[in-house]
Amino acid sequence: MASVTDPQTNQGFRISSLINDRRYRGLTFQFIALIGIIFAMAYLGINLVQNLATAGLTFSYDFLGEQAGYDINQTLIEYDSQSSHLRAAIVGVINTLLVSVLGCIAATLIGVTAGVLRLSKNWLVAKLMSIYVEAFRNVPVLIWILIIGTVVTLSGANPRDFLTRGGSVEPSSELILGAFAFTNRGFYAPAVELGAGWPVVLIALIAGIVGFFWWRAHVKKTLFDTGKLLPVWPSWLILIVPVVLAQLVLGALSLSMPDVASNNFNIQGGTLIAKPFIALWLALSIYTGAFIAENVRAGILAVSTGQTEAAAALGLRPRRVMNLVILPQALRIIIPPLISQYLNLTKNSSLAIAVGYADITATLGGITLNQTGKALECVLLLMLFYLIISLSISAVMNVYNASVALKER
Amino acid sequence: MTYKLILGALAATGLTAGAAAAATLDDVKERGALNCGVVTGLVGFGAPNANGEWEGFDVALCRAVAAAVLGDPTAVEFIPTTGKTRFTALASGEIDMLARNTTWTFSRDVDLKFEFTGINYYDGQGFMVPKSLGVTSAKDLDGATVCIQTGTTTELNLADFFRKNNISYEPVAVETNAEGQQQYQAGACDTYTTDASGLAATRAAFENPADHVILPEIISKEPLGPLVRHGDNEWGDVVRWTLNALIAAEEMGVTSANVQDMAAAPGDSPEINRLLGTEGNLGEMMGLEADWAVNAIAANGNYGEIFEKNIGENTPIGLARGLNAQWTNGGLLYSPPFR
Repeated sequence: MASVTDPQTNQGFRISSLINDRRYRGLTFQFIALIGIIFAMAYLGINLVQNLATAGLTFSYDFLGEQAGYDINQTLIEYDSQSSHLRAAIVGVINTLLVSVLGCIAATLIGVTAGVLRLSKNWLVAKLMSIYVEAFRNVPVLIWILIIGTVVTLSGANPRDFLTRGGSVEPSSELILGAFAFTNRGFYAPAVELGAGWPVVLIALIAGIVGFFWWRAHVKKTLFDTGKLLPVWPSWLILIVPVVLAQLVLGALSLSMPDVASNNFNIQGGTLIAKPFIALWLALSIYTGAFIAENVRAGILAVSTGQTEAAAALGLRPRRVMNLVILPQALRIIIPPLISQYLNLTKNSSLAIAVGYADITATLGGITLNQTGKALECVLLLMLFYLIISLSISAVMNVYNASVALKER
Repeated sequence: MTYKLILGALAATGLTAGAAAAATLDDVKERGALNCGVVTGLVGFGAPNANGEWEGFDVALCRAVAAAVLGDPTAVEFIPTTGKTRFTALASGEIDMLARNTTWTFSRDVDLKFEFTGINYYDGQGFMVPKSLGVTSAKDLDGATVCIQTGTTTELNLADFFRKNNISYEPVAVETNAEGQQQYQAGACDTYTTDASGLAATRAAFENPADHVILPEIISKEPLGPLVRHGDNEWGDVVRWTLNALIAAEEMGVTSANVQDMAAAPGDSPEINRLLGTEGNLGEMMGLEADWAVNAIAANGNYGEIFEKNIGENTPIGLARGLNAQWTNGGLLYSPPFR
């Protein structure tokens, strides 16, 4: 058949067949396009190198070893103005990862809850969730970050209201329970201090967690093997009791309360969850949560109602229908769009500077770039970082997706 | 947001820097307008007024340069830049000159390849605090939260000052002066630090300026001036000598009121005559018209007039001349001779 409609098939290769022969024509055009792209890139690249040379600028990463000279307000690792630009960049990386990870967790919780509730039969709940989803999805995230940052600033008290300033002043506000304060600069809470014997407490905690999951697995196995349903609550005892016992016996962990006496401007000591972090984290999670809610709703609606009815006919209660029948099937549909929401959240965290949060874009791509003038180097490093993070998230989530995907046999 | 700006600026560097590197003067003449980088909004130094027209101390310099080159002080395209975007904007050729309270430092001059063409304001970094705090010295600020514009020399001075005095602080990074003002007024920081002139300008915009004090310590030298790209000396000369013409005009008593008369009827002072182009050919040497300085001075007046009109003691900003007085009055302003 082919030899009739395509008489050239049996002929050998000639130069003209690069254009005339259907077997080669496609390749020819692709090759030409490739050459074109390579030339365009080379032109831009050479132009860039030439212009850098004309402007007398050199391409070098030596500046990373130089002293940064600036301070950062949230540092999870040791850092001061004498540290290097590289260390400032690492501080930024850690801050980005912190807000991204916590943001993804919070966005998932918010999103799943809102997505399920939007399908609720309760009219008010369903409408409230619709309003939440539509309001947050349809306003740019930068606006939300700014609004939430402003609200946090304006709603908190000034930390000075809590201060006794060495006993000279009667403070107008008291710490809640002597331990917590919500101020316009962030949330103050007690800090946990590690005393002697803290590894024992840590081991007890890990043992508790292992025991917790072991008991749950044991309950499931007994149920499947014998049909007998053991109580689940002992797992919580296994989780909590060893840690509490270890702490009571050793007294290893102690709380250090925020200190209102020693400084004239701010509450000292304790743990400060700073305002920029709160604003950015809340805004990212609530914003992304709205998108995840829609993914979840779509996933649930995609599971045929016959499944619900069949499960109900078997006598399962509504909660179990959701947990055992609907969600596991819905997950297969939810996970792929969820990956891209996680990626979005991580990339959106680069808007941190709007509220003064010191993420990688603010330290390396902002202050370091400005102080050293190494725009090209800094931006390339930034791109590399975001690329690595995004691809890692994709990889991890794809593995998870493969584990819940429909297994075809 | 700024990330994209930087990327855009980078792309612009890659594509246009080669073309823009030389002969800025010809480009400006051909375009018929000067692209001048200014601050995003700092009352007195550079901000749009109620009619949307840019005015201020730095803006006046842009207009003077436009008048000197094109004969028209309104032929200026004002391009607002932040502390972060200003250098890429200049390096990429997006703007022809930057007149935006930018501190002249060694590394900006040498490493970033810019040419500072003079100093139009001698400044220093200070701190502003609410009067109610009862703070009288910057050394009392131990533990305070400080609002600071990122990407500025003040950021580095701040770190140095607190380290030197062995006291601690919490930085709150802001991008623009407006944002700093808002954070400071909302109480998100105890003190705001920037150039003392900027503090005065910011305070002037408050509802109750008297409730805030500027602390006596000046912790750095901040010589502010206009800058252009390295490697285009003809253009650098134009900006440098326009500034010098404004300074010299004040010294010689040439004002916006009498400049036209003095140019029409040359007097017996040779230097004034050379400045105003009625004698010699200074304008021609720079590739400008003979009356370039007349136009520059007529645009907004001489340096003293510009100072008094925008930031002087009779304005809400209320800055005294101080170091920015003529050398004959004990200040640091000193123009090289027009000869």
